[in-house]
Amino acid sequence: MSQDVHMESKNLVVRYGDRIGVGVKGGVNLPLYRHRVTALIGPSGCGKTTFLRALNRMHDLTPTAKVEGEVLLDGENIYAPGVDPVLVRRRVGMVFQKPTAFPTMSIYDNVAAGLKLVGIRDRKRLDEAVERALRGAALWDEVKDRLRAPASGLSGGQQQRLTIARALAVEPEVLLMDEPTASLDPISTQAIEDLLLTLKEQVTIVIVTHNMQQAARVSDYTAFFLNGEMVEFGPTETLFTKPQDPRTEAYITGRFG
Amino acid sequence: MSLEKELALRRRYRVERLMMALIALGTLLAFLILFLVLAYAFLKGAGALNLDFFLKDMRPPGETGGGLRQAIVGTLIVDGLGLLIALPFGLAAGILLAEYPDHPINPYLRLLSDTLNGMPAILFGLLAFILVVKPMGGFSGLSGAFALGFLMIPILARSTEGVLSLVPREIREAGLALGLPRWRVILSLVLPTARAGLITGVLLAFARAAGEAAPLLFTAFGSPLLELNPLKPIDTLPLRLFAYAISPYDDWHQQAWAAGLVLFALITLTSLLARLASRRF
Repeated sequence: MSQDVHMESKNLVVRYGDRIGVGVKGGVNLPLYRHRVTALIGPSGCGKTTFLRALNRMHDLTPTAKVEGEVLLDGENIYAPGVDPVLVRRRVGMVFQKPTAFPTMSIYDNVAAGLKLVGIRDRKRLDEAVERALRGAALWDEVKDRLRAPASGLSGGQQQRLTIARALAVEPEVLLMDEPTASLDPISTQAIEDLLLTLKEQVTIVIVTHNMQQAARVSDYTAFFLNGEMVEFGPTETLFTKPQDPRTEAYITGRFG
Repeated sequence: MSLEKELALRRRYRVERLMMALIALGTLLAFLILFLVLAYAFLKGAGALNLDFFLKDMRPPGETGGGLRQAIVGTLIVDGLGLLIALPFGLAAGILLAEYPDHPINPYLRLLSDTLNGMPAILFGLLAFILVVKPMGGFSGLSGAFALGFLMIPILARSTEGVLSLVPREIREAGLALGLPRWRVILSLVLPTARAGLITGVLLAFARAAGEAAPLLFTAFGSPLLELNPLKPIDTLPLRLFAYAISPYDDWHQQAWAAGLVLFALITLTSLLARLASRRF
């Protein structure tokens, strides 16, 4: 098992205006290993989503948010001057909490959106990419006969897998998932958790979750966040069985959070 | 249930019924005014509404018959051109306000659009007079279109901003997370999502401008004949309504009421289309 670092945050601090942000007491240092699932856990408001969004420069859109420190993607700082955030996001995709199929588009167009909208017109290439992405997201069999139907007709769980397919279609190296199953029923949740185990062969995955059982089931590494700081990071099994920090232990044993 | 609780509950139902009655009364009053205006216009003007009214141009005073074809067609031309002029500016301003909320120009843009929204319509006519009529050396449908366009820009900007701000933030983030540039996200994801609302806003701006006479008094000016060339003076329904209403002739008065009815029908139709659009798309 190689321990190849794919992404890494170095002294990362995210501030919201004058209010306290994430990592203000020294910055977050977190390695994300290639083809592994890293879970970010912690109580609401602990900063795990804020941290996640720093990994593909989504904070650029929030003028009050200031990011300090570095995020290395294959050793290159994505916050270095001259780096185009659009290109960063091509390599580091994201799936959000709420399933957001583009409501005006068909299933096919949703999946192809990331390719079509940058000018790729080659029918065959699009067809292949759509099928590969939908298979990758374990949705192909359910929608292959109605690719032209509006995506808004899909169920919540299907829509979430559609957004995963959409993210996969542009072939990112890293997939950031912000509580991807928070609004789904148990069966859809199961489908997406199963999916993660196969997906990590293609991409490096970072998943924010409220659900500790989920973190334990799907992740190889876990980072525990509390009050804007990363308290502990380690292999999931170790973190859940022999936590080093008493705060981690308190959280995973359900004493708070 | 205890007696006090039951009494309290009954009291709540009484208050509820009272409030519902008040709301119904208010609605009725609003309808009544609309109904009275319509009924009066119908009584006074329906007699003039015949096929000639739509197919023939106006006749000089003294001659009977004739219609207001030149004003109906003119309204569509001037208002349509005005919409074409206003559309790019109104949409652009609305997009800037909604999609780039921190753009340094926005506070001024917002102030400007608020001021323009509350500005008396006749001042837009004055503006078009100075900017278009004077340099061109005469009244024209085009100058009227500019006047109506100025009037529509703030309406469009506001409706566009409002509609775009209803598009879920997630749509934008999902697009950006795919590695799409921001302009592409706005153009291909945000605007199509807001399509129905955008169409509604455009139609309402059109309907609002269609009823304006004041900005056209010294721009489009009016014409007794059908005029399709926007560089010449063009007649419109509100202009003709005004001219006829202050005339001393009874048949012109009747036609003025009829013009009012047609204008009302045009605006109602546009509003209905707007509502249909917001449901269908």
